[in-house]
Amino acid sequence: MSLRLFVSRDAGAIAVGADEVALALEQAAARRGVAIEIVRTGSRGMYWLEPLVEVATPQGRIAFGPVTEADVPSLLDALSNKTPHLLRLGAIDEIPWLKRQTRLTFARCGAIDPRSLHDYRAHGGYRGLERALSLGSDVILDEVAASGLRGRGGAGFPTGIKWKTVAQAVADRKFIVCNADEGDSGTFADRMIMEGDPFVVIEGMTIAGLTVGATKGYIYIRSEYPHAVEAMNAAIVAARRGGYLGSKISSSTHSFDLEVRVGAGAYVCGEETSLLESLEGRRGIVRAKPPLPAHYGLFGKPTVINNVLSFAAVPFILAEGAKTYADYGMGRSRGTMPIQLAGNLRYGGLFETAFGVTLGELVDDIGGGTFTGRPVRAVQVGGPLGAYFPRALFDTPFDYEAFAARDGLIGHGGIVVFDDGVDMRKQARFAMEFCAVESCGKCTPCRIGSTRGVETIEKIIHGERVSENIALVEDLCNTMKFGSLCALGGFTPYPVLSALKHFREDFIPVPTTLQAAE
Amino acid sequence: MTAIYEPWDETRGAEIIAAHADQEGATLVILHALQQAFGYVPEAAIPKVAQALNLSRAEVHGVFTFYHDFRHKPAGRHVLKLCRAEACQAAGGDALAARAEAKLGVTLGSTTADDSVTLEPIYCLGLCATAPSAMLDGRLIGRLDQKRLDALIAEAQL
Repeated sequence: MSLRLFVSRDAGAIAVGADEVALALEQAAARRGVAIEIVRTGSRGMYWLEPLVEVATPQGRIAFGPVTEADVPSLLDALSNKTPHLLRLGAIDEIPWLKRQTRLTFARCGAIDPRSLHDYRAHGGYRGLERALSLGSDVILDEVAASGLRGRGGAGFPTGIKWKTVAQAVADRKFIVCNADEGDSGTFADRMIMEGDPFVVIEGMTIAGLTVGATKGYIYIRSEYPHAVEAMNAAIVAARRGGYLGSKISSSTHSFDLEVRVGAGAYVCGEETSLLESLEGRRGIVRAKPPLPAHYGLFGKPTVINNVLSFAAVPFILAEGAKTYADYGMGRSRGTMPIQLAGNLRYGGLFETAFGVTLGELVDDIGGGTFTGRPVRAVQVGGPLGAYFPRALFDTPFDYEAFAARDGLIGHGGIVVFDDGVDMRKQARFAMEFCAVESCGKCTPCRIGSTRGVETIEKIIHGERVSENIALVEDLCNTMKFGSLCALGGFTPYPVLSALKHFREDFIPVPTTLQAAE
Repeated sequence: MTAIYEPWDETRGAEIIAAHADQEGATLVILHALQQAFGYVPEAAIPKVAQALNLSRAEVHGVFTFYHDFRHKPAGRHVLKLCRAEACQAAGGDALAARAEAKLGVTLGSTTADDSVTLEPIYCLGLCATAPSAMLDGRLIGRLDQKRLDALIAEAQL
């Protein structure tokens, strides 16, 4: 019997040598005359263990990691002779970091071959669509609403309401658009699911299509994600061949097809109306709302535009029922959130769990603190537009409302950890700088405000009239927050104001000594 | 591996444009295809795109200049992109970027005098749990440190 091995093809694993390890395994096995089969999966999301190699055994899959090319000969020895190995992590399902998660959306990610429709179906794929086809539009809408699912892109708008609005709109054409322009630093869940379980995104979009009466969908993926683009395109071809896309999907009367479009390096295109403009072939200039995309979206037609993770949550909700999903979570944040632990963290990766886990648990306990071994000083939650939280706020539970109450946001679920080497003036300036570079330019608070913000923070850094300039930055932030057209200008104040509020000491000049003045 | 690009050719350009012109909202699709073939979007192609899509030259030029990805001239033989976003900053990316600038003698966003390397910032490769990260001619590199960076630079300068 041949040895069946699993090595991730996730971009994060490839970046740390997964391709080289897979190749070395193949070559070494060929030299030894050992028959092996290597399945390239997605990532389990435990990036400190990548490249992770799993081997199929009668007792389930056994994991080894992190494996380098140099480890390959000894690993093959251990596998052939069934002897111990230093990198052996035990049964994959028993690894505590994985075991303590609640993987609803990411259940298959890392386990299956993302290129195989057969694998997807064998692991419960397309059960949601089957049930959706038997329920009809109205009942699906009730289910999605009852699940409590809210937009996972960051805004947290109830998905059921969005879908219902489009379903009720009358038009000759409607569209489903998947926002895969995951530009927030510290986030990679969209990338992971597209690379590791692309059919779940397709299934979610297909369910949306038949629910609202749309026959065409677009997935707008950022150009920084070439592996995700390739994975989605391959899955679309496979789904078409399997009768899950195209006319009469799954032998029903419904038609639905998908196309991948690639962005071109504009962060603002993650904003939904800017994304629609870009899809239409124009500059990614934000549209004023109303009209909402649900009424006047892509090419002026009613459009459901949701984040990758929102669509990816839908198949589970339909397959297992809204209640099963809604039973997880807290308050108005129902279900699970794929949280991404990043930056200076020992155990970085994807941790899907029910809402309600505290920031402190995520950073200290699950993330294991910093990899530099220094104390955690600041944690940015929710991407470049998210607030910096100090240790004093580590009791904040992961929940849309709880973060909002503390002048922050959960955004797309990214957590970036900084140690005590961080200079918060620099981070505040970067937030303004980033906004200035990425602003679409349509509204004044964002376009001009961000540039003035950079200049004023520079003055603070140089010790010029510090308290007056801090007051000026705070006032400017207020204008940007309430006067900007979209979240780019509107939320850039979050990192800036939180840095000023929680890390004030960084902004107050230290008296210069003679030695320091040189 | 350095990407091999074709020299700009009007007939070839027209073929590429025609291959995508019937898609809805095709401007970005065409600009991507042109850049993939020629390594940049030649100025001469802009009016051709406009004509094919029944747009004004200004509109197509506007789209071309809005997006960071599109180049108005070819890049160096190798393109080294360093992630400069927060997760990589938290993991020591600032020092690595400064080191790359010093070693190559250029600032981020420019090309070495001998045209060998274009050094660019990139805002998030989505490899935030294996930060800092980089991309050399489409190849991803995570857990970047001084040693790995120096090796990448040496490779790019070959």
